[in-house]
Amino acid sequence: MSKTSVANWGNFPIIEADKISFTTVTELCDLAQSKSTCIARGNGACYGDASLGSTIISTLKFDNIIEFDEVNGVLSCQSGVTFDALLRFLIPKGWFLPVTPGTKFITLGGAVASDIHGKNHHVEGTFGKHILNMEILLASGAVVNCGPDEEVDLFEATCGGMGLTGVILSVKFRVKKIESAYINQVSIKAENLDEIFELFEKYKDTTYSVAWIDCLQGGSSLGRSLLMVGEHATAVDAKVKNPLQLVGHEQKLSIPFNFPNFVLNKYSIKLFNFLFYHKQFKKITRSVVTFDKFFYPLDFIKKWNRMYGNRGFVQYQFVLPIENSKAGLYKILDEINRQGMGSFLAVLKLFGESDGLISFPMKGYTLALDFPIRDGLFEFLDELDKIVLQYGGRIYLTKDARMKKEVFWQSYPNAEKFKTIIKKYNPDFKWKSLQSDRLQIS
Amino acid sequence: MTVLILGATSDMAIALARHLGAKGHNLQLAARNAEHVLSLKKDIEIKNKVTVENIAFDALDYDSHYEAYQRLSVKPDVAIVVFGYLGEHQTGIKDWKECHKIIDTNYTGAVSILNVIANDFESRRAGTIVGISSVAGDRGRMSNYLYGSAKAGLTAYLSGLRNRLFHSGVHVMTVKPGFVDTKMTEGLPLPAPLTAQPEAVAKRIYSALLGKKNVVYVLPIWWIIMTIICAIPEFIFKKLKL
Repeated sequence: MSKTSVANWGNFPIIEADKISFTTVTELCDLAQSKSTCIARGNGACYGDASLGSTIISTLKFDNIIEFDEVNGVLSCQSGVTFDALLRFLIPKGWFLPVTPGTKFITLGGAVASDIHGKNHHVEGTFGKHILNMEILLASGAVVNCGPDEEVDLFEATCGGMGLTGVILSVKFRVKKIESAYINQVSIKAENLDEIFELFEKYKDTTYSVAWIDCLQGGSSLGRSLLMVGEHATAVDAKVKNPLQLVGHEQKLSIPFNFPNFVLNKYSIKLFNFLFYHKQFKKITRSVVTFDKFFYPLDFIKKWNRMYGNRGFVQYQFVLPIENSKAGLYKILDEINRQGMGSFLAVLKLFGESDGLISFPMKGYTLALDFPIRDGLFEFLDELDKIVLQYGGRIYLTKDARMKKEVFWQSYPNAEKFKTIIKKYNPDFKWKSLQSDRLQIS
Repeated sequence: MTVLILGATSDMAIALARHLGAKGHNLQLAARNAEHVLSLKKDIEIKNKVTVENIAFDALDYDSHYEAYQRLSVKPDVAIVVFGYLGEHQTGIKDWKECHKIIDTNYTGAVSILNVIANDFESRRAGTIVGISSVAGDRGRMSNYLYGSAKAGLTAYLSGLRNRLFHSGVHVMTVKPGFVDTKMTEGLPLPAPLTAQPEAVAKRIYSALLGKKNVVYVLPIWWIIMTIICAIPEFIFKKLKL
C-alpha cells in the first residue's frame, strides 16, 4: 500500500501517511492490531497536526445513525457521521445540534475529541456537556462504555482529549428542539474594543453570539467590530411556508486552486475588512437568516483554505481569563498591528465557565486569527504565546500546529492528570499524533 | 419500488443504498455476512420511511443462489450487482488461487445470480437489472487484465442479456464507473479529476436507471479515454506499457 499525502484544514503540515478506513468494529480492531501506533481522523477540519500520524485511521466510512429517540431528543450515531449529514437528518424533523462550530464539515468523533464550542458556549457549554454516553475502542482491543457517570475518568479525558484515549466509536447525545431552520439575527457595530466588551455583556443572555473584529485598526478604533447575536426563529418568525425545510444548503462556490502567495497582503486584507465593516450601514440591523448563513458563512465557499496559498496557514486561537481579557487583547492587537501581521478573519467571543478536564474554553474572551504562513510567522506567534501565558490564557489544541510544549504544559492546569489517564488507557501510546509527540503528551 | 443490492458492504453499494432509500425505495441488502449490513439497514430506516431487509448472500457459493433468491420476502423490481473483487494483479498472474477468485467474483458469481434473476424477471415481464462492470473491461491492459478480462466477460454477458430481455420488457443497464474513491482503491494513487466519489456514482446510476440508459460511464471523460484507448491499433498498443 502506498502512502498518501495528508494535511488538515490549514494545509500545514503536509505529511505522507498510511490512510486506512473501516466500516465495522471488527475491521477496525484488526487494523489497529496490525499497527504499532495510529491516530483516528475524521473530516480533517482541525487546522493543524492533531489528527496526523504515521498511520491514520479515517472514521469517515463509519457513519451510520444508530438510534433516534424523537420523544426525548436523544440521538446515537457512529463517530464518522458529519454534522452536515446530521443537520440534513435533524432539521426537517424539528431538531438541531446542541453545539456546533463555524463549519458543519466536521465529524461527530472530531467534535468530541476537540470538545468543540459554538456561539452558544456562554449559555450551553461545550459539546461534551450534551453527551449521555459513548463507546471507545481502547489500545487493549476492548470496547468500553463511558459517560458523565460511568468510567468518568475515561469520559473526561476523551472530551477534548484529541483522540489519545482511544478511537471514539459511537456517541449518544441530546439534541435541541427547534421550530424553524432560521435564526433571528441582530448585528451591531462597535467602534472599538471597549464597546464590543460592553455589547457582549449586554447580550450575555442571548443564546448565540460572536463578533468579527477588524484587527488592522489602531488607536481609538482598535477592536472595531461587528457583533452578531441570534436566537432560533419560531415558525411564525420564519415567515415561510415550510419553516423546517432546508434552503440553499448546498455549496455553490469553490476555490479551484491554491492562490499565489501575494494575493493576501496587508492591503487586500485591509480592503476586505473595510468592506465587511461598512457593508452594514446602520448601527443595528435585524434580520431573519437561514441557519447556514448564521452558523456556517464560510462553508458556502468550498476549499476556502486554498486562498492562503500553497504554504498553508495557521489559525491562532487563544482564550484569556475574563479579568485579564481586555488588557491582554489590547496588548495582542497592538502587537499584531505593530508587526503588520493582519489576519483576514478574526473572530471574538465571550466564553462561559470552563467545561471539562482538558477542554479549551474558560470564562473570558477568545480570539481566533488566521495567519498565512510566511517567514517570521512562527517567531511572531511564539511572542504572542508569551503574552497569552503572561495573562493566564491558553491555546486551542484543535487549531494548533506549532505551539512549544512548555506553553501547553504551563497553560493547561490539568495536563498532568490528563496524561495520567491517557497512560492508564493507552499505556504504550498506541494512539499518538504529531501533536501529542510535539507537546510530549505521548 | 423494491431494489435488491447484491454486495451491499462496498462503498459504492452503501452510497447507492442511502441514495435509493432517500428517494423512498424499499431495499434488500445482500452481503456475505448479513450482520455487516445491519447498521446500514438501521441507518436507512431511521432516516427514511422505507423497509430495508438484510440478507446473507455469498457470490462464490453458486449452488445457494437460487435458494437465496427464492427466500426473498418480495421479489425485487430492480436488481443491482455491485459486488466485485479487484484483487492483486501481480499475485494473480503467478498464483492461480488469487486469479481464480478475481474471475469467479467478477464474472462467474455475477452470471450465476443474474441467470436466476433474469429468468424471474422474464417470466414476470418486468424489472430492471443493473450490472456494475468496469472501464477495465473495455480493453485488456498489462497492469490489470485479469480483473479487466473478467469485467469484459460481464460486459458481454450484460449486453447479451439486454438483447434477450428487451423482448420481455425487462431493461438491463451496464455501468462502467472508472476510478471511484473507495476502500477498494485506498492507497492507490488515483488522479483526482478522473476519480468519482461514491455518492456521485450513486446519483448517476439512479438517474440513468430512471432514464433507462443502456451503457453508462459515470464520468463522461471516461468514455472519451476508453474510446481513445480502444482506437489504438493493436500493433502499437502491444508496445505500450499501460
